[in-house]
Amino acid sequence: MAAEPILVVNDVVVGFDTAEGPLLAVDHVSFDVRPGEFLSVIGPSGCGKSTLFNVIGGLLTHTQGRVAVAGEQINGPHPSIGMVFQEESTFPWRTVIDNVAFPLELVDLPKPQRVERARHFIALVGLDGFENRYPGELSGGMRQRVSLARTLASEPKILLMDEPFAALDEQTRLLLGDKVLQIQQQLKQTTLLITHNITEAVQMSDRILVMTYRPGQVKRIVDIALPRPRTSFIVSSDAFGRYVAEIWGDLREEASRGMRDEESHALHRGEAPT
Amino acid sequence: MTAAALSRSPLAPKLVGAASLVGFLVAVEILIRLGAINRFIVPPPSEIIGSFYRIVTQEHVLRRFVVTAWECFITGAMITVFGIAGGLLLHRYELLRRACETWVAALAAAPVVLAYPLFMVLFGRNSWTIIMIGFVAALPPVILKTLEGIAGTRRVLINVGRSFKLTSMQQFWKIQLPAALPVIFTGVRLGLIFALINVVGVEFLINYGGLGQLINDLAERYDLAGTYAAICFVILVSVLFYMLLERAERWLRPVD
Repeated sequence: MAAEPILVVNDVVVGFDTAEGPLLAVDHVSFDVRPGEFLSVIGPSGCGKSTLFNVIGGLLTHTQGRVAVAGEQINGPHPSIGMVFQEESTFPWRTVIDNVAFPLELVDLPKPQRVERARHFIALVGLDGFENRYPGELSGGMRQRVSLARTLASEPKILLMDEPFAALDEQTRLLLGDKVLQIQQQLKQTTLLITHNITEAVQMSDRILVMTYRPGQVKRIVDIALPRPRTSFIVSSDAFGRYVAEIWGDLREEASRGMRDEESHALHRGEAPT
Repeated sequence: MTAAALSRSPLAPKLVGAASLVGFLVAVEILIRLGAINRFIVPPPSEIIGSFYRIVTQEHVLRRFVVTAWECFITGAMITVFGIAGGLLLHRYELLRRACETWVAALAAAPVVLAYPLFMVLFGRNSWTIIMIGFVAALPPVILKTLEGIAGTRRVLINVGRSFKLTSMQQFWKIQLPAALPVIFTGVRLGLIFALINVVGVEFLINYGGLGQLINDLAERYDLAGTYAAICFVILVSVLFYMLLERAERWLRPVD
């Protein structure tokens, strides 16, 4: 029998009032995530992925539907969900170790234990030796690893990540993907990744949820039956290529629709499309 | 060493700067000695340099400096406390911000020093008039920069705090204030420079206190070389003060 889902997203609808009228960003989206599973949500720009990230993280209120963690409905940020953001989010005034120890300070863990726990998570993301550096002295990839370690230090039941490597180059992204895979497999960490990068999603996921362009709906959920433990070498396998092609087949139509929509909006506004 | 190698040396800008100053002083000295500049308006630089020893030993410039420094310190402490508190209040209360922000910005550009007779009536001819004029003139940059720093905290950092379920007090103390500190310090630095300018200026105007009064005294005695030497001393103090604040700011902002 399959394990009970740890995260349930049921019939979630999110709408906004914009200058151009009401906008339906997320339309009746339902899915669940099982303990230890790695699920990616993929879709074109404007499909409501980040809106979904904010709703699950409790930073945004949904118009309709239900989000529950371990059976408990959430109405705001939940301690069981640890968030890693797309933008650089380390605290520049704190050293690496103080950044990672931040959530431990909040629960008043005594300093010796705090330092020990923080060192453990710093080592886990491969940043040992950089404990006393400031984020400004680190590369973009290293800063994202600090953010990841800080979130992991709060020992969340679900790791929720919004395109954490979007600003990085392809090679760094693959290597960091390796690191996330290794950590996820080692900790058996339930992970929900929001991304628009197909290779990243296939490299890491057990399942991939493909979303449609606006309004964001679930187009299809694809099971990724690639062997575990995985590394970035998986990208050279035939099966990997087939999954990428299959998902691109689903996404191509949505991405084209998104592009046409953006261009038409830009034409009306008299601006260059982004 | 070739000219190209010299221009690449890290000392080159400092050497060129010092050489430009020396060159300017030599040019002024020559023009005065040739009679092109009236020596009763601008004394020769050699005489000004020669007067430094005199203003230290006879005019007690260091004691005057301590008086000015003390007035600046009090002003600095006041603008830091009231400026940061004011900026936080404007950030906290939207209506207050919309009502007052323009006035505060306008005050930053106002020549407050011209209101010195009013301050003399209110506080008398003493250090408080000097401190209060310095305070009013130097307060706006601290308020505005505090407001800018707190309001400019990156959204993602606030969201990190929210994701860790921080209370609004924790959000303020653990995220917004430290994130804003470098910008606030820029405001304090600007405020301290405004304070120094105004304190010396008002000392001169009301002929009371430290370095400003010394310059007034020397000018009234028509001791031109001494006056210029005292002005040079004030400029030197301002430059050192500015460098010190810049260094403190860099320390506060360990990395960008």
